[in-house]
Amino acid sequence: MGDQRIKNIILEIISVVAPDAEITDVKADVRLRDQLDLDSMDFLDIVMELRKRYKIEIPKEEYPELATLDSCAAYLGPKLAAVPA
Amino acid sequence: MVADRLRDIKSHYDVIIIGSGLAGLTSANCLAKCGRSVLQLEQHYNFGGMATWFRRKGGHIFDISLHGFPIGMIKSCRKYWTKEISESIVQLKGIRFDNPQFQLKTTFDRQDFTRILVEEFGVAEETVEAFFDAARGMDFYDDQSMTTRELFEKFFPGRSDVVRMLMEPIAYANGSTLDDPAISYGIVFSNFMSKGVYIFRGGTDKLIYMMRQELKANGVDVRKQVLVDRIVVEEGKVRGVMANGQFISCGAVLSNANLKTTIDKLVGHDQLTPEFVEQAKAVRLNNSSCQVFIGIREGETLENIGDLLFTSVDPEFDSVRLCAKDVTSRTFSMYYPDTRPGSDRYAVVSSTNANWDDWAHLSEEDYQKEKKHLIETTITALEKYIPDVRKKIDHVEAATPRTFYHYTHQAMGATFGTKFEGLQVSMDLPKQVHGLFHAGSVGIIMSGWLGAINYGVIVANEVDSLCNEDSKSKGRLAS
Ligand SMILES: Cc1cc2nc3c(=O)[nH]c(=O)nc-3n(C[C@H](O)[C@H](O)[C@H](O)COP(=O)(O)OP(=O)(O)OC[C@H]3O[C@@H](n4cnc5c(N)ncnc54)[C@H](O)[C@@H]3O)c2cc1C
Repeated sequence: MGDQRIKNIILEIISVVAPDAEITDVKADVRLRDQLDLDSMDFLDIVMELRKRYKIEIPKEEYPELATLDSCAAYLGPKLAAVPA
Repeated sequence: MVADRLRDIKSHYDVIIIGSGLAGLTSANCLAKCGRSVLQLEQHYNFGGMATWFRRKGGHIFDISLHGFPIGMIKSCRKYWTKEISESIVQLKGIRFDNPQFQLKTTFDRQDFTRILVEEFGVAEETVEAFFDAARGMDFYDDQSMTTRELFEKFFPGRSDVVRMLMEPIAYANGSTLDDPAISYGIVFSNFMSKGVYIFRGGTDKLIYMMRQELKANGVDVRKQVLVDRIVVEEGKVRGVMANGQFISCGAVLSNANLKTTIDKLVGHDQLTPEFVEQAKAVRLNNSSCQVFIGIREGETLENIGDLLFTSVDPEFDSVRLCAKDVTSRTFSMYYPDTRPGSDRYAVVSSTNANWDDWAHLSEEDYQKEKKHLIETTITALEKYIPDVRKKIDHVEAATPRTFYHYTHQAMGATFGTKFEGLQVSMDLPKQVHGLFHAGSVGIIMSGWLGAINYGVIVANEVDSLCNEDSKSKGRLAS
């Protein structure tokens, strides 16, 4: 799965778990928390949604890997590679 | 004959949830939405745990724990329940304080508190801002050694009046004292402070009804009047539960019962490491409560004297006095007809913090006498605010720590779960027994309506993750 696709998936999930978040021009290299009004419960929802959709596990210690869109793409790339398209 | 509460039960569930407090209900809903098969067992005839209500002859209806919660409930209810539920949440704007140090009315948000502290208490604005920022910046991973007392001393040295205003409501909200870690105060206070105090319009009965409808729609198998006696563990793994004399098999158990009860009674120490048992023994419970429920006769009205009144005749805020049996501090929650749109009824609920030991060991005769005394003194205290209230009262009764124990099975009638250290024990339980989880009021920050709901989601995520792993490894075995 390409980086851009992963970023789009994350943005789409954010629009579901935090409907008020303004996701039109999110910068890929800036912490999501700093651009969008996301709290730790929102990040948990993202983790749950990724598990539901793609059956991937993200251990608690690795939640910080989801900080920016870029880091999401880098971290999730290998995990999502195993998922059938 | 007792009805068979477990009729048509399935032989196996992915998850069994013990208890239907707000944490249990919310985790059930999350797990069902994740596609898990969920059985929820509640020993009482109502769902909701401490989020509950009762009716009395004369058309009275009383809420037990609907006094106020933080704005975060709106978001959590929308995400983990329904839009309709979140849209019934409304702000209470008339919060009053009346004590020997000050009388004031506030909307209970950062802006209004800043105004009061600067204009009425004469504190420098920079100090107030610095305090709020410090409280706001606190999180779970911060240093736990600073106490709430030290936090106040740092920002407002010698100002017992400021301490009272900032502390009293939180002490009622979660039983915390000046000796609890500053971070537990900071987190809860910031939650409340961000934008005021809210309640659910329609009453607790409506909320729980809406939640049950949602659980049904999502396929949760919900049973009431089923007491779980034991969690069955074999070779370090959860196998199921024993309830109403019957074994029910499952892959995971999430206990919403009191943390200590879960460890001591439902699981049993022989399934746990001695270190963990010691750690669990050291967990302190929070205090309990007393309440007096006052129903106003049909046709009578009360003028609006505010929504939530923090009253005290104590000279200063004092955590020990706050729980004393001869009550000097009370909160009055006023329920006007708009609490339940369509109704024209009024009720007042007085709440005080209380100690289990002061009530648990009384003889039946003394117990009744003490309850009567509590009721009498409460009405007298209320007359200060509503002089003619006595003649409008149609029904009055009291609840004590014993009442809370009876209905919720919370150890020692604890109304706010455990002290801070309980959170770690609750989170470590799954490491002791594969498939065993706990969610419910612990650690001060995970208690209250919002804390319980959010903790229910956090633990549901862990449970779901385990179910996912277990089904993967089963798949591997099969292929
Ligand atoms: C007087 C009072 C006032 C309060 N005021 C407020 C307030 O204004 N705002 C606020 O936010 N919070 C308030 N709270 C706190 C809040 O109500 C609780 O923190 C919250 O509801 C706790 O939810 P819970 O899921 O942790 O557990 P609980 O509500 O305790 O639910 C546990 C459930 O498990 C069931 N159970 C236990 N053991 C078993 C078993 N073996 N088998 C089957 N079922 C079992 C119990 O019957 C119960 O239904 C108040 C509490 C009290 C008592």
